[in-house]
Amino acid sequence: MEFGLVQVWEGGWVGAILRGASVSIAVGVASMIFGLIIGTICGLIKWRAVFGLSHLVDLYTSVIRGVPELLIIYLLFFGSVEFVTKIATVFGFAELADAGYAFFITVAAISAISGAYSTEVIRGALAAIPKGHIEAAVALGLPNRRIFMRIIAPQMLRIAFPGINNVWQTTIKDTALVSVVGLQELMRTAFIGAGSTHNPLIFYTIAALVYLMITLISQVGFTRVEAVLSPRERG
Amino acid sequence: MELIQLAVPVLLKGLWMTLTLTAVSVAIGFNLGLGLAIMRGSDKAWVSGFARHYSTAFRGTPLLVQIFLIYYGLGQIRSIHDVPALWWVISEGSRCAVLALALNTAAYTSEILRGGLVAVPAGLVEAAKACGMSRAMRFRRIEFPLAIRQALPAYGNELVLMVKGTSLASTITVLEITGYAKRLMSQTFAIFEVFAIAGVLYLVLNLVLIGVVRLIERRLMRHTGPAPQSRSASVQQAI
Repeated sequence: MEFGLVQVWEGGWVGAILRGASVSIAVGVASMIFGLIIGTICGLIKWRAVFGLSHLVDLYTSVIRGVPELLIIYLLFFGSVEFVTKIATVFGFAELADAGYAFFITVAAISAISGAYSTEVIRGALAAIPKGHIEAAVALGLPNRRIFMRIIAPQMLRIAFPGINNVWQTTIKDTALVSVVGLQELMRTAFIGAGSTHNPLIFYTIAALVYLMITLISQVGFTRVEAVLSPRERG
Repeated sequence: MELIQLAVPVLLKGLWMTLTLTAVSVAIGFNLGLGLAIMRGSDKAWVSGFARHYSTAFRGTPLLVQIFLIYYGLGQIRSIHDVPALWWVISEGSRCAVLALALNTAAYTSEILRGGLVAVPAGLVEAAKACGMSRAMRFRRIEFPLAIRQALPAYGNELVLMVKGTSLASTITVLEITGYAKRLMSQTFAIFEVFAIAGVLYLVLNLVLIGVVRLIERRLMRHTGPAPQSRSASVQQAI
């Protein structure tokens, strides 16, 4: 039987793919937010060279960035699956655990990866802030909180932004990896579609195009925001 | 202890596969990437357009999709079965992985090398033209050597990404470090220990790779003298 785009439509795969894509985007955005929180904290620790802690952060970023993402995902999934099911069953959340668990652990894994890259980006941005700005703020007697909010954070954000864009691009692509452990996101949906219709070519092509659309559209968004953030030329 | 005796030889077997996948796909991917980087600078709109769209497509989609598309998808096209050379590539997991990795790294490499080529001062190229160098000679003697020096640090990062990328080959039945690690995890249930051993292998591999790139970089930049830091120190001493 000839299988084409019409069959993809009639088989209800379009809806499934869109649902998968929204799960992918949700995982990507959630992981990016957690990753940025991790990155800001760890970046500050590294920048300030907090004794002891900065070595731990070094260990974290070099392990995550040197070991394949897939291996980290395997560790977190296989390492936690028994533990979490046991706890959930004890407290009577067995069904809830099945549904939410994959999503939760996926976000944890991708956040850990994205956080390591964000840390490096944010540390670099912090290091690029001219020392004099902070010294001037200290000399004016501003409290630490306000120095961070008014002097450090705005400049950090602006300098780090292109790097954060790169981290987002890799993060959204990394979400495809969790399909191997069973979360129903875009890649997993394409995998199931390919298997049940014996038509991998069409399903993986669609998946590739949807990913491409996500990355291209978000690229446009990032470029716009970057234009807003960049300091205006003073005439 | 028993676990280490069991796991290390198996994972070392995987290390060999990881090294082979990386080496072959980097060798192919670098040359493709160089070609694409040159195409990007072409005057013909369709040549530079092709290179640009190629790079967007391969950098905008996950490597996993590319691997699946080649391994599962291409086999579906009937005409590929009739061409022995293509079928030889498609019919086996590790060759599919090499193809996908090479095409993927070519896109990133082309961006890195293009950055290097753009940074070559126009005056140098003009001087070479004025000396009557042919286009090929200009590229070989002036543009490429300068571009590669500029691009090398970024290319080192790309090599690390490639080593990590080979782990995806395990999803299409290729047994390399990650493939063996997954199998060991489900056999022994010693998940963290297996992860640690496999992780150390990857970390050592990447550290060696970065070290080699730094060494090449230093060798290529030897005309600039010692590193800036030590130079300023020696200047201070002289004063």
